[in-house]
Amino acid sequence: MGKSFIKNHPTLLIFLALLALFTLGVTIMSEAYGTAFISTSFVKTLGKTLCLCLVAIAMDVVWGYAGILSLGHFAFFGLGGYMVGMWLMYERTQEVVLRSLENQVIPPTETEISDAIATQIFGVVGSADFPLIWSFAHSLTLQLILVVAVPGLLALVFGWLAFRSRVTGVYLSILTQAMTLALALYLFQNDSGLRGNNGLSGLQNLPHVTAPQSEISMWFLWASAAALGLGYLFFTMMLTGKFGMVVKGIRDNEQRVRFLGYEVEHYKLFLFTVTAIVAAVAGALYYPQAGIINPAEIMPIASIYLAVWVAIGGRGRLYGAVIGAAFVSLLSTWFTGGQAPDIPLGFYTISWVDWWQVLLGISFVLVTLYAPKGIGGLFDLLKCKEVQK
Amino acid sequence: MSTLLEVSGVSVSFDGFKAINNLSFQIGKAEMRAVIGPNGAGKTTFMDIITGKTKPDEGRVIWGDRSISLLGMSEAKIAQQGVCRKFQKPTVFEDQSVCDNLMMALKRRRSVWDVLKYRPAADIARLEQLADEIGLLGEFNRQSGELSHGQKQWLEIGMLLAQDPKLLLVDEPAAGMTPSEREHTTNLLVEAAKTRAVVVVEHDMEFIRRLNCKVTVLHEGSVLAEGSLDHVTSNQEVIDVYLGR
Ligand SMILES: Nc1ncnc2c1ncn2[C@@H]1O[C@H](COP(=O)(O)OP(=O)(O)O)[C@@H](O)[C@H]1O
Ligand SMILES: [Mg+2]
Repeated sequence: MGKSFIKNHPTLLIFLALLALFTLGVTIMSEAYGTAFISTSFVKTLGKTLCLCLVAIAMDVVWGYAGILSLGHFAFFGLGGYMVGMWLMYERTQEVVLRSLENQVIPPTETEISDAIATQIFGVVGSADFPLIWSFAHSLTLQLILVVAVPGLLALVFGWLAFRSRVTGVYLSILTQAMTLALALYLFQNDSGLRGNNGLSGLQNLPHVTAPQSEISMWFLWASAAALGLGYLFFTMMLTGKFGMVVKGIRDNEQRVRFLGYEVEHYKLFLFTVTAIVAAVAGALYYPQAGIINPAEIMPIASIYLAVWVAIGGRGRLYGAVIGAAFVSLLSTWFTGGQAPDIPLGFYTISWVDWWQVLLGISFVLVTLYAPKGIGGLFDLLKCKEVQK
Repeated sequence: MSTLLEVSGVSVSFDGFKAINNLSFQIGKAEMRAVIGPNGAGKTTFMDIITGKTKPDEGRVIWGDRSISLLGMSEAKIAQQGVCRKFQKPTVFEDQSVCDNLMMALKRRRSVWDVLKYRPAADIARLEQLADEIGLLGEFNRQSGELSHGQKQWLEIGMLLAQDPKLLLVDEPAAGMTPSEREHTTNLLVEAAKTRAVVVVEHDMEFIRRLNCKVTVLHEGSVLAEGSLDHVTSNQEVIDVYLGR
């Protein structure tokens, strides 16, 4: 990576600098390491937002650059969360169980311990056995590998089937929606092995860690910021040069790219899978901060929101996706968290908790119609003004 | 002269309508061929079959010294064999620069991995030379969407040359060109045919006359006549279906 790389990507440098500045700022104002100006719960909100930004840039790569409107990337995000959640829950429960059995006269056997953990975890769904898919839950390393492997494999198989049959456009979007819906409905079942609609909970408690949440929340914020920075760098490097040209070519005229001798399906499959993996990593960082994951998280609507963020931020530019995800998700937290003051009109009171969705829907329509470049398009206006001067 | 491409007994129907009917066609390694025929004769469909876009119902398409069949191959694989195509409408990647368009076309390995690893530095001189040949060196870094219609045609021809194909399929190259641009195009095609096979589909008789090559007349999906331009234009059947109108 030479000087010219940075020169050709001024936004990369600016982005990384702003991200570092942001992280430093939050650290200085945090309860754990600074002035306690920002509450721990808000630190978590910010950390989660960084993860949403990461999944948004993955979405932007697959949609904004390659033109594949996947409405299923939140499924990969959720799967990443589930994979890391399994270890967190297992290890934490084991810790609790061991502590409670400590004082018994006869030391408990392996099976007794294992049964006790299983009962603790699966009691809510009326089971006391570990399902097969929990075979690796005792090992952090293996579960971390699964964070990448499970969503990656799902994306690879799904993408191979879809792209091989040349499914494109709106049909592909519908197919990806069907995939997330099927996955969510499966997970809602009690015998899915992942606790049905209860999902996995208590994920904010790191096993074997005695540090308070105020510190843990900062660690996750740092990790999320690092992941976002690396993701941004990774995608920028990937899309620079000929690969990016071919990808944009596929977006604009895939038949033409085929006649140039590029196997379009291979490119799509590669991008779909790589972005699914990045989405999964983002999810694996998000859910320990959220504390809980359940199947409702990966209902089709979540993936649609993801597309809305990218559209509002401006697709086809990574910083647009970051702006869209951060702006809309923070605003959404504010509106739906009850902080926004209701507007009494006398005959009717506008309550933002209800009306926020409508507002979001309207802004999506307006952006699509009148500002297809999204918020990111504003930067183009600035650039134009500079050139004129 | 050894054969580069042999199409034999090919038929295609769309919803029962026979667009190509038992068509046979051969071309040598360094040969220019003009294909003419009225609208709907199946000229574009013929190119679709060779390039793998349309699968024929029957017949064979045999390629090269090793006589491999192109029929089971994907469009990309066929293009990698050295079959290149220029479309009726100029189709360049408008969002990308002249340089980028040429770079994508340049004959290099096409796999995902090779393209990710690709470094352009060694090829820039070659790309500039290509841009010069098509008269677009001055527009090297311009978005190709900003080019004039004629310049886009040029860029597309440049992209074909960059691919260094063994067989060049050109669909109506002269459409929408000024007389001087036509002449330039003729020269380029004639030059290209010295080292490779070129198939030109064109309506413009004057243009074809200047190519000075063997002509194949298509009608209702099969070959009606073949030979020199004078030979086919004196054929009564050809006059009836095409020239007479
Ligand atoms: N994909 C298709 N589906 C249905 N009919 C088609 C298709 N492609 C071509 N045709 C028909 O086949 C015939 C030949 O078309 P084409 O090859 O484009 O003719 P030309 O290029 O000689 O003008 C036309 O009648 C056209 O309508
Ligand atoms: Mg045609």
